[in-house]
Amino acid sequence: MTVSRHPSSTEGLYDPRNEHDSCGIGFVVDIKNRKSHRPVGQGLEILANLSHRGAVGADPLAGDGAGILTQLPDGFLRAECARFGLTLPAAGDYAVGMIFLPRDPRCRAEGEAALERAIAAEGQTFLGWRDVPTDNSCLGHSVRPTEPIIRQAFIQRSPDCPAGDDFERKLFVIRKQTHHAIWSCELPGRQQFYVASLSARTVVYKGMVLAKNIGIYYPDLCDPRFESALALVHQRFSTNTFPSWSLAHPFRYLCHNGEINTLRGNINWMLARRHNMKSDRLGVDLDKLWPLIGDGASDSATFDNALELLLAGGYSLPHAMMLMVPEAWSDNPLMDPKRRAFYEYHAALMEPWDGPAAIAFTDGRQIGATLDRNGLRPARYLVTDDDQVIMASEMGVLTVPEDKIVKKWRLQPGKMLLIDLEQGRIIDDDEIKDQLASAYPYQAWLDATQIHLKDLPAEIGPMAPDASTLLRRQQAFGYTQEDVRTFLTPMAVNGEDPIGSMGRDIPLAVLSSRSKLLYDYFKQKFAQVTNPPIDPIREELVMSLVSFVGPRPNLLDLGSGGTHKRLEIKRPILDNIDLERIRRIEYHVDKAFRTYTLSICYPVERGAEGMARALEDLCREAADVVRHGNNIIVLSDRSMDADHIAIPALLATAAVHHHLIRAGLRTEVGLVVETGEAKRVHDFCLLAGFGAEAINPYLAFDTLSSMLPGLAQKMSETEAHEHYTKAISKGILKVMSKMGISTYQSYCGAQIFEAIGLAGEFIDHYFTGTQGVVEGVELPEIAQETVRRHQLAFGDAPLYRHALDVGGELAFRIRGEEHAWTPETIALLQHAVRSGDYQQFKQYSRAMNDQRDRLRNLRGLFEFRFTSEPLSLEDVEPASEIVKRMATGAMSFGSISWEAHTTLALAMNRLGAKSNTGEGGEDPARYKPLENGDSIRSAIKQVASGRFGVTTEYLVNADALQIKMAQGAKPGEGGQLPGHKVNDWIARVRHSTPGVGLISPPPHHDIYSIEDLAQLIFDLKNANPQAAISVKLVSEIGVGTVAAGVAKAHADHVTISGDDGGTGASPLTSIQNAGSPWEIGLAETHQTLVRNHLRGRIAVQVDGGLRTGRDVVIGALLGADEFGFGTAALIAAGCVMMRKCHLNTCPVGVATQDPELRKRFPGQPAHVINFFTFLVDEVRELMAQLGFRTFDEMIGRADRLDMRRAIHHWKARGLDFTRLLTMPLTPADVATFHCEEQDHGLATALDHRLIAQAQPALESGQSVQIETVVRNTDRTVGAMLSGQVARRYGHPGLPDDTIHIALQGTAGQSFGAFLARGVTLDLRGEANDYVGKGISGGRIVIAPDPTSHLRAESNIIVGNTVLYGAVAGECYFRGVAGERFAVRNSGALAVVEGTGDHGCEYMTGGVVVVLGRTGRNFAAGMSGGIAYVLDETGDFALRANKAMVALEVLNDPEETLKTRISPDEWDNLARAVLPEDMLRHDAHRLQILVARHYLYTGSEPARRVLENWHDLLPKFVKIMPTDYRRALQDMQAKARAARLDEKAGLAVGA
Amino acid sequence: MGKPTGFLEIARHEHGYAPIAERITHFRDFVAPLAEPAVREQASRCMDCGIPYCHRGCPVHNIIPDWNDLVYRGNWREALEVLHSTNNFPEFTGRICPAPCEASCTLNFNDSPVTIKDIECAIIDRGWAEGWVQPQIAAHRTGKRVAVIGSGPAGLACAQQLARAGHAVVVFEKSDSIGGLLRYGIPDFKLETRFIDRRLAQMRAEGVEFRPNSDVGVDIPARALLVEFDAVVLAGGAEKPRDLNAPGRELRGIHFAMDFLSQQNRRVAGQKITAAEILANGKDVVVIGGGDTGSDCVGTSIRQSARSVTQLEIMPKPPVHENKLLTWPNWPLKLRTSSSHEEGCERDWAVATKQFLGQDGQVQSIQIVRLEWRASNGRQTMVEVPGSEFEIKADLVLLAMGFVHPIHEGMLQDLGVTLDSRGNVAASTDDYQTSVNKIFTAGDMRRGQSLVVWAIREGRQCARAVDEYLMGSSELPV
Repeated sequence: MTVSRHPSSTEGLYDPRNEHDSCGIGFVVDIKNRKSHRPVGQGLEILANLSHRGAVGADPLAGDGAGILTQLPDGFLRAECARFGLTLPAAGDYAVGMIFLPRDPRCRAEGEAALERAIAAEGQTFLGWRDVPTDNSCLGHSVRPTEPIIRQAFIQRSPDCPAGDDFERKLFVIRKQTHHAIWSCELPGRQQFYVASLSARTVVYKGMVLAKNIGIYYPDLCDPRFESALALVHQRFSTNTFPSWSLAHPFRYLCHNGEINTLRGNINWMLARRHNMKSDRLGVDLDKLWPLIGDGASDSATFDNALELLLAGGYSLPHAMMLMVPEAWSDNPLMDPKRRAFYEYHAALMEPWDGPAAIAFTDGRQIGATLDRNGLRPARYLVTDDDQVIMASEMGVLTVPEDKIVKKWRLQPGKMLLIDLEQGRIIDDDEIKDQLASAYPYQAWLDATQIHLKDLPAEIGPMAPDASTLLRRQQAFGYTQEDVRTFLTPMAVNGEDPIGSMGRDIPLAVLSSRSKLLYDYFKQKFAQVTNPPIDPIREELVMSLVSFVGPRPNLLDLGSGGTHKRLEIKRPILDNIDLERIRRIEYHVDKAFRTYTLSICYPVERGAEGMARALEDLCREAADVVRHGNNIIVLSDRSMDADHIAIPALLATAAVHHHLIRAGLRTEVGLVVETGEAKRVHDFCLLAGFGAEAINPYLAFDTLSSMLPGLAQKMSETEAHEHYTKAISKGILKVMSKMGISTYQSYCGAQIFEAIGLAGEFIDHYFTGTQGVVEGVELPEIAQETVRRHQLAFGDAPLYRHALDVGGELAFRIRGEEHAWTPETIALLQHAVRSGDYQQFKQYSRAMNDQRDRLRNLRGLFEFRFTSEPLSLEDVEPASEIVKRMATGAMSFGSISWEAHTTLALAMNRLGAKSNTGEGGEDPARYKPLENGDSIRSAIKQVASGRFGVTTEYLVNADALQIKMAQGAKPGEGGQLPGHKVNDWIARVRHSTPGVGLISPPPHHDIYSIEDLAQLIFDLKNANPQAAISVKLVSEIGVGTVAAGVAKAHADHVTISGDDGGTGASPLTSIQNAGSPWEIGLAETHQTLVRNHLRGRIAVQVDGGLRTGRDVVIGALLGADEFGFGTAALIAAGCVMMRKCHLNTCPVGVATQDPELRKRFPGQPAHVINFFTFLVDEVRELMAQLGFRTFDEMIGRADRLDMRRAIHHWKARGLDFTRLLTMPLTPADVATFHCEEQDHGLATALDHRLIAQAQPALESGQSVQIETVVRNTDRTVGAMLSGQVARRYGHPGLPDDTIHIALQGTAGQSFGAFLARGVTLDLRGEANDYVGKGISGGRIVIAPDPTSHLRAESNIIVGNTVLYGAVAGECYFRGVAGERFAVRNSGALAVVEGTGDHGCEYMTGGVVVVLGRTGRNFAAGMSGGIAYVLDETGDFALRANKAMVALEVLNDPEETLKTRISPDEWDNLARAVLPEDMLRHDAHRLQILVARHYLYTGSEPARRVLENWHDLLPKFVKIMPTDYRRALQDMQAKARAARLDEKAGLAVGA
Repeated sequence: MGKPTGFLEIARHEHGYAPIAERITHFRDFVAPLAEPAVREQASRCMDCGIPYCHRGCPVHNIIPDWNDLVYRGNWREALEVLHSTNNFPEFTGRICPAPCEASCTLNFNDSPVTIKDIECAIIDRGWAEGWVQPQIAAHRTGKRVAVIGSGPAGLACAQQLARAGHAVVVFEKSDSIGGLLRYGIPDFKLETRFIDRRLAQMRAEGVEFRPNSDVGVDIPARALLVEFDAVVLAGGAEKPRDLNAPGRELRGIHFAMDFLSQQNRRVAGQKITAAEILANGKDVVVIGGGDTGSDCVGTSIRQSARSVTQLEIMPKPPVHENKLLTWPNWPLKLRTSSSHEEGCERDWAVATKQFLGQDGQVQSIQIVRLEWRASNGRQTMVEVPGSEFEIKADLVLLAMGFVHPIHEGMLQDLGVTLDSRGNVAASTDDYQTSVNKIFTAGDMRRGQSLVVWAIREGRQCARAVDEYLMGSSELPV
């Protein structure tokens, strides 16, 4: 589907390209291929039970789409067709097309005719049409107008076309031809034409129908004659609700839960292959398939398109899936070499389609599912004793008697489940892959063709030039003193991407009066909500920087490998020697490669005007040299000199890349960039994102060489270069992982950027497919900037004779970049709030707002349209009301001092406004009001990815709970609080160990998609039903659609953060280059919500760089209800923008924990109160001038803003805010501000019953016993009850087991979330994902149903991400857990019988016992707590991540280790108190926990361990974090010293 | 950059002075600079602020954090390069500037500021000592001629910048030596003339032509310059002193401070004093006016062996410690005690002169009344305290109450440039152009009396404006 098919694609900032979806998937299959109606009925039942994974928009009957794919129900169709006189040929000899036809009769007739024509043209026979009966009474009112006419077309196979694959191929060609014909006609409604399926094997029924209604809408599906051996179903949760029938799943071969992050690149690369692709099987038909992929279709639809091509080209289904979604193969020591060779060989054929994905696929003969390399979507399955396999996103979606189940398992990262119906059996991952990996001699092929760059003979690289030539080159390529000092120096010294703090307050490149590099016009995109970012450090095993340089093999050439040479490089940054190797490769590798160096410089006399011509020439020349047989192009600016200007390397690269794509030549050549311009991480990312397969930053190397004598640390030139390369590589990994992309190959060309301030035409021409919304400069201005730098370099300006430009982007400097926060603005603000002088505050805001001379932000170009009849100030809503809309930003106690944190909280509470805890918990002492009535409790409690201090008590003491998806200064990144900052106090509040560093993961591990977010919102709402649930997002293109999804996920509140928000510590790359201004994100959010009729349900807050009353009013006019102030409020409280937060040396006691420095904190609550009071006064004055009596009526009135054209600004004059200032046209009754309530669906929660029955316990602490059954639709069991416990009894809760709840069945997600102490959940059955999330002292026991015949320890019992953010409590799981068991556990005890990958990740406390096999990457980022793993196979060490832990033997005295405990003592042992000293007593602790596990679950492995203590104890491995041990030892030493002091003191006293 | 914890580990340590008893016996510089390691240690206290308030607090925008860091690392030569990129004459400001940069230093908010001025002085002194200060002779000559009138700090800075841009510059000075206020207005014990001379040597090498004894508007018709030159810069200072019109003003022994100070400088330079000598030896000296010039009069009087020195100020005594919450990073009003004050003088505040009393036409005492300052409508008004009159002895009265505006007679009137409401030559800081084409103005003549450092800033900015005016664009830094 194309963009143009969308009826309303051009309005404002809405762009259908930004839609995301994610969902529930499932299938049922009869392994033996016995066709019956049963699987169809079961498929429909699964859909009904997955409803909570979908979303409904403003219209309760309008779901986001659902569907079912089955085998062709031959008997049913035969009978139906007979009714109108059509006799079908034998099964297999006819195909059925499921066609959505336009309602417009002319267009519909044209569609039908087009299909019939295509059938005839391809030599097949059209048999007739069948009207598919539908019942649209179940359609929502918003969907009905979009409902297509649905007909089935019947096609007979011609005798000369063999049945089976050949016929399917023909049908594929027919479908493509039909689509091309109808979509290119001019008739209205043509976009509605869509072929849902066209096959002799399968048929798809789908639509914009609620999942549970699909059987009602299509009565066919409920007909008992409708028989199939399989049913593949899907329920969609899309961020948007513009009804789209075609985007409902399943597609022709698959349905998908997740997100393809690299879509843009994948589309480009598919396009680029056109000319180099040939297929024996398709022959001339191949050409008829183009355009292969409709631009603007969803990621899943696009994926399906590519898959179809591979299948048509002759790949088998599993082969194609392995090609598109490969496992992480590159550094896996556990992988079979043959399989690795298979993946390595295929890596050069196609770049991975990267992103979180659970994909279920079928061609009617095989059905299966696969999971992305990181296992980021859940997929569980079971096998029954009557040969059914049922797979779904979660368990419990079909009621299957436990005694009929023979296997319960889950899909594992990168693994595949395949059922071959023709063979009538399940083929497991190893078998399929071994078979495919052995089909051809891949290793031999690789050996024959693979060339590693490092294996080529070393060449001699050029040496660095003399100082003055170097300086001129640096100047021409835009080097500043800051680049050298702040970027290159730390990179050379530490090999790390440098860190900074506070936000970006400099102008966008387009607003700057300085000449900026083209890189500055692009902002990095990042994952939020719809897909997770990755942790490139702790989850390094999935990351890869491998790049292939040179021509790519023919994608559809199966089986003739071993001829096409490939050049592999380990990382895309080339040193000078590497580049020379590539340049001279022709002479070393048998003429397989020919490298051509193409200069991107042109004569200086052609000036800025000459750049367009130069680019044209360059592109033409590039295509020519490819046609002449060169297959590596080095784009080089080395020949830049006084007489030659270099085209910006990024521009040249993107222009050539896209030109070659358009010419269909791109995959025939490798693109290497040799440039003096790239120096910061962001630069390299852009070059990569726009097609560079490798980059040589020669000038950065030269600069490093020249710096060596001045560096404090002495190092060799090679070392410095290597450090720099390492830092850049790490930086690229980080930027990739922000978007959830794990391989460079997929990132390359993926264009994961948005442009700000570049004209649309310019983007379309050179950066095709990149998004941008405010227009801006074109080539002449970009060229002008380059020419200015060149003139400066080769001119005679005294300032630059011996020195680089100052830069001034990171710290204010004269002659440097403009900043919003200057000595003047800060002094004016601080003096005003301290003296209470409103006039001085007005001076401050004038200084901030007045941008006539110096533009700083987009809103600087806004102008109010005041009314001619202003109101008097008394008529405007009182300040006391408006101030309630204000909040301070999220800043943790830890990042800022106690003094600063409580000053803000107290002030906001006095005002009736809100402060925010930030990520780091809150000291419970703050929950109680102070004696004078003041309160220092923060109304907003943040829930971030680290979940530090998120106890049930914390949750119930909130007015609002904010889920931090991203932070403006570092979206898509985690955080790290180094151990030295974790003092006793902070450790206590965060429930961690003093002195041990704390890591916040980049993603929330319980949010990999939008429906996961809905689940967390539901969890939090359960824990505290009174709190508004907020989701914090960062502005980027597409944030509006994400916000719409958030609204549909039932959030009460969404925050849109601008990219200039502050931070305590972030990589400078992120602070400077990620995210977009809030003006854009807010406008897009508001417009999208209003257009979706969702705006009333959700409050919109904006933050990130708000500073004055004018900012607030502009925010309101663009659509914000509420406003957050971080930096400005902090400055009012005394911050002086030292930007030293990350060094703990804040000289004003704000961002430091140093007790001496904290004494210097100058802030008073009154200062903060004055700030907000003044701010609101200003807002009211503006409201009066605008004629708004109430704040609500002002919200979203973008028509009251005008754009002041920056006609005198050489760059900003091209800006155009039309799309920003668009007001969506909606009926009058559609809310445009927050005025409605969300329905959280709490009314039906099981907990209401539990709470009622637990009253005696809640009220008087009496023990209660409760029994109940539980289903997968009962989610978050126990959280609401625990909220009640925590409200009454705080974190200490009730005595253990006071409320004992025995449950039976399959529990829904988040079972036992935030379970408070005193509550026990004892489940017989199984549970899904997120068991024990944030558990705060309760106990969870899960064992299989007593009727089950399974060997529990070989089957799965709980899903993924169990015990995430657990604070305290204990859990016993009689079976195997999924991925990320006990991730970020900070105190819970748990016993389990096996885990998936990433067990105990980021754990900081507690004890985990694994009585079985773990997955890979165990203990990654684990900084505290202890794990004991029973390693009977002796290979655990291969699966552990040893970066932060030591693997040891248990350390008790001999007796404990050897003592045999007789079975009658086990009960006593289980009741024993756990030893406290975590440095000792391992075996004893283990004994107790294993005994408890046995006592509660009857575990067989536990019994075996206890019985064979002697033999099995030595097989336990203890996983001990090294920092944790050091911290515990320090604490003990301190305690000992204190005791000795005390003794000494006593002695003296005596 | 810098040493992140330097400010926590090292205390502020300023340069010292020679003992009072010794230094008042001569008119030479008496500062005892810190040794090199100590200066570097002091530089390490700089915190490399995210917003360096000093950088804006300094009128010439010295890039203080950068050269502090370079000094800390011992990279003196590069530090000098950075320092010179904003300031033509750091050896002057490093000695006589009141250092608003230090007032705005972040450490001044709740600690003691970095010794910025000392470090500046150390950098330039070392630069001269090492021979790093060389003339920067323009590579290309423009063929344009510019006249700069006045050779004080504004005129000199302007002339030097213009010469470096390749223009032919002629500096006109009415006095017999080049240097203006620097040479004759500031006592040698604060700024020895040798420092001025070596700069002039550099400027001569850069092509600047100096014409002393050329009083434009008197010796040379002002308009004639407009014919001879492509641009004219007026940098004649604000030389009209504020007078005190009290009864008895006509008595002998009452002088303007500048007349007193310049005589002493000539004496030190070994020049002949043509007018009647003004000397303080053995006298009871009263200095009226509490500013820097007044302070210079105190130090000079003491060195001339006055019997007593008293300094009077009309404004109330400022607080010893300012309220930093409300003043930092701005220049605060607070009690300032100079090295001259330490050498022995009485100071009194909130007093006004009722009349000068004398005998035989020679002043003998002053009648003084105490004042009360009241705030009304945000303005301070003064009221005499009834019955508070008293007398103090005064053989020599020095009027150091500042300057009102440039001298209008002569050059300015001849040229016909428009004046602003305060009597200064009107021009904006965007282009420094007066109302008359080709004529520019900078320094005190434009902004009214001010600091040397402000004069340097204006001179530099004006030079850029002139260069732009002459050439269409300018590469001169500001």
